[in-house]
Amino acid sequence: MGLLSKKDANLIKDPLADNNPITIQVLGICSALAITAELKASVVMAIAVMFVLGLGNVVISAMRNIIPSKIRIIVQLIVVATLVIVVDQVLKAFAYPLSKTLSVFVGLIITNCIIMGRFEAFALGNGLWRSFLDGIGNSLGYGIILVIVGFFRELLGSGTLFGYPVFGDPIEKTGLYSFGYENNGFMIIPPAALIVVGIIIWVQRSRNPALIEEN
Amino acid sequence: MLEHIELFFRSIFIDNMVFAVFLGMCSYLAVSKKVATAVGLGAAVIFVLAVTVPLNWLLDRYLLQEGALSWLGPEYADYNLSFLSFILFIATIATMVQLVEIVVEKFSPSLYNSLGIFLPLIAVNCAILGGSLFMQSRQIETFGLAFNYGLSSGIGWFLAILAIAAIREKIRYSNVPAPLRGLGITFIITGLMGIGFQSFGGMLTGGDEAAEDAQETVQIEAPKEEKIETPTKEVTENNSEIDEKEISYNDVK
Repeated sequence: MGLLSKKDANLIKDPLADNNPITIQVLGICSALAITAELKASVVMAIAVMFVLGLGNVVISAMRNIIPSKIRIIVQLIVVATLVIVVDQVLKAFAYPLSKTLSVFVGLIITNCIIMGRFEAFALGNGLWRSFLDGIGNSLGYGIILVIVGFFRELLGSGTLFGYPVFGDPIEKTGLYSFGYENNGFMIIPPAALIVVGIIIWVQRSRNPALIEEN
Repeated sequence: MLEHIELFFRSIFIDNMVFAVFLGMCSYLAVSKKVATAVGLGAAVIFVLAVTVPLNWLLDRYLLQEGALSWLGPEYADYNLSFLSFILFIATIATMVQLVEIVVEKFSPSLYNSLGIFLPLIAVNCAILGGSLFMQSRQIETFGLAFNYGLSSGIGWFLAILAIAAIREKIRYSNVPAPLRGLGITFIITGLMGIGFQSFGGMLTGGDEAAEDAQETVQIEAPKEEKIETPTKEVTENNSEIDEKEISYNDVK
């Protein structure tokens, strides 16, 4: 990364693992769980959050010296809501079936804690470029977890990835299914997402014991 | 009346905010370490949901929906402002949360201090906005039903956070694998509770299916009497056909 100084590069790298928004900061869980039954929805959601967080961080950072601290939450909400309306309308125009799958969860990007959390914790105190990098880094960290969860849920739950059959045809019993493999319908139901995220946390903390918390 | 009762139990148990649609997870995970604070936040969520959902229902009905502006005059009937719903809903919510914050600070400073940052964060609790958005997308019919929906989803959220807080207080005494402690085990417990709550789905559909089965059996039994006559006809017809065939067969012979 010759383009970025080491300090700036850390803004992107940290949220990917040791300061991940979902598994460490506990932000933005709702959408991570609800829409990850399909990999495609997870990827689109991650991109939408990246757009909103990256741009929103820049806007808030640009206005940080003129926002009165008492009404900052409302100002932040207005900025996010505007950006989310853009995302929602674009999705409705170009990917209508997908926007039906995501349903209210696009709207819920507004209340996604990652957005407010990063505005409060970073953009209000830092310059434009650094805020932008922070936004991109955090939404990447969020996206990685979403893609991992979506990958396992779609692969084990319906035997497809991005809608393409991977293990063969479950009805005509081709490929892996001819050996008696069955799709695990449990992975499709929403509570499975919680358990998958729980396991991701388990793996991550076993690899880095510094992250282990008290009960 | 029946639809009110159905909506009430449906939104508490079957469509529970936390276990069925995963709304409000951030504060659910972060404030559920002690029962006392969990109860305080839960009560605040019930109040804010019960107020904002009906208010947003009014906004949706008379301002945002397609054709909602027709009360202004027939020339406004074509307007569809529903793309503005995010921004208007969140404005209502932020205002109400500010109000709750002032009231709680005035009457219960200790609760105000224990909730800390999470009181203003109710404004960005997905459960609150999610309540209004689901109200919009499920097209709830009347003001009364909207109020009912807000109140009962709030109660559902309250129950969920109360249950997990009680479990987390006890889990301190058990030997959880070190990397799972805290967040990890909370996720997995919530998942298990979610699976448990899915069984409440049988509360409504199970009853309906039984009723449909009963109706079907009645319908099946009723035409039986008529059917007794029809097979005999068919048999005779068949016989005649067979006879004819035999005849033709014989003729060929």
